[in-house]
Amino acid sequence: MTDTNSTLIQATDIYLELGGNVLLEAVSFAVRSGEIVTVIGPNGAGKTTLLRVALELLRPSAGTLYHRPQLTIGYMPQRLQLDPTFPLSVKRFLSFARKGCDATAFRTVLKETGADHVIDAAMQHLSGGELQRVLLSRALLRQPDLLVLDEPVQGVDVHGQVELYQLIGKIRDERNCGVLMVSHDLHLVMAATDRVLCLNRHICCSGTPAVVTSDPEYLKMYGHLALYQHDRTHHHDHGGCSCDR
Amino acid sequence: MTMEAVLVIDDFLLRALLGGIGVALVAGPFGAFVVWRRLAYFGDTLAHSSLLGVALGFLLHINLTLGVIIVCQLLALLLFFSQRQRQLAGDTMLGIFAHGALSLGLVTLAFMPDVRIDLMAYLFGDILAIGNSDLLWIYLGGGGALIALLWLWRPLLAITIHEDLARVEGVPVTRINGLFLALIALTVAVMMKVVGLLLVTSLLIIPAATARRFARNPEMMALLACLFGCASVAGGLYGSFQWDTPTGPSIVVAACILFALSYLVPVKR
Repeated sequence: MTDTNSTLIQATDIYLELGGNVLLEAVSFAVRSGEIVTVIGPNGAGKTTLLRVALELLRPSAGTLYHRPQLTIGYMPQRLQLDPTFPLSVKRFLSFARKGCDATAFRTVLKETGADHVIDAAMQHLSGGELQRVLLSRALLRQPDLLVLDEPVQGVDVHGQVELYQLIGKIRDERNCGVLMVSHDLHLVMAATDRVLCLNRHICCSGTPAVVTSDPEYLKMYGHLALYQHDRTHHHDHGGCSCDR
Repeated sequence: MTMEAVLVIDDFLLRALLGGIGVALVAGPFGAFVVWRRLAYFGDTLAHSSLLGVALGFLLHINLTLGVIIVCQLLALLLFFSQRQRQLAGDTMLGIFAHGALSLGLVTLAFMPDVRIDLMAYLFGDILAIGNSDLLWIYLGGGGALIALLWLWRPLLAITIHEDLARVEGVPVTRINGLFLALIALTVAVMMKVVGLLLVTSLLIIPAATARRFARNPEMMALLACLFGCASVAGGLYGSFQWDTPTGPSIVVAACILFALSYLVPVKR
């Protein structure tokens, strides 16, 4: 944990075949401490599949996956399909992150993610943004070296999306953890990312947001949507971010 | 019921009450999980295989409840492994196993001409025929299942919330799911005698569903489900005694009445 530039996770030449379909092909990437890596790509490109391989939930057909020894991962799944009959408060939900957390820890982490007002609410009563913040809180309670976030701004309005990406950036700065996330969104996420992997079963292109957005492969995939260069300083100009979506 | 009837409770009625309450106590927490994890059809499938267990019991000259437990466990194992295939939807698979097992049980029993069983008792339960050995099965088997469930409580809740998240957080999901299926199979097998294979699932899900509106956390829902289950057993037995109605169905009717009545109670949200 002292080596700030250490590689947390490294995938080399990952292939995944399920039921005769090739879902991932020759995918290689790495995430280091303090780095935000975002996977973008069209629907069905294998973004979530890639995360599941990275989390060791799916075993790749070929290729190697390296996790730094004693790597602690905080995972934020794409959806939480809680049955409406399941009585669960936010506090209780958070208690499953790891043993030995008390109410003070829950309150502290919910303050960090800006959701401390819902600590006693039922999980099923949360708004989209509140739910994402609570999910993020559970991931953070594990004191992760690596955050793996599957569409962290799902179900959140554009203003909330900007805030959430800023929050993720802030968490990275303060905790110096690595972040691997999947996003549908192009523009907002670019501002909050160090490196982008553009995935369509294989990695079409990768690099800093500036490099990727001018890559012909990327332009081919996203066409006119890709022409926008996000201005990092204008966080609250969400009208500008959303006009061409 | 008159005073004398309450005071001079017959032996068989006492055993029925003890058996029914034992089953309701076990069914409460398991029923809560069946409701949360949408396993109602799964419980049905296990219950439908019980006749095959009865046939096995006769065939091997072993205790019939033991026969039912063995067959339920084998089916749970089969279901556990068939979950991994993706060719057929889960409910289609369960449907095949449920009706296949029930029919196979009936056909097997037909091949055993010496065996005469009261089919109605197996389909709808025969709580008034509960003997001391049945009570032992309910309290030892059911009690054991309940203790094991308490031991798995936290990881099972974590899996119920989100399986992948639990896995990433270090819960041995596959092992715990397998154990849980075995425990459900055991529970269903010991419940069979009381409400019958067609009504087993109802005693799992109706008290749990009734408990939902009043529960603020999972534990409260499980405990309330026990309470409503016991009330249903007592009410059903009373009704059956009073109006000479079949006991298993009377218990289920009592559970349904409780469920309906629960909506008349205002709950602050």
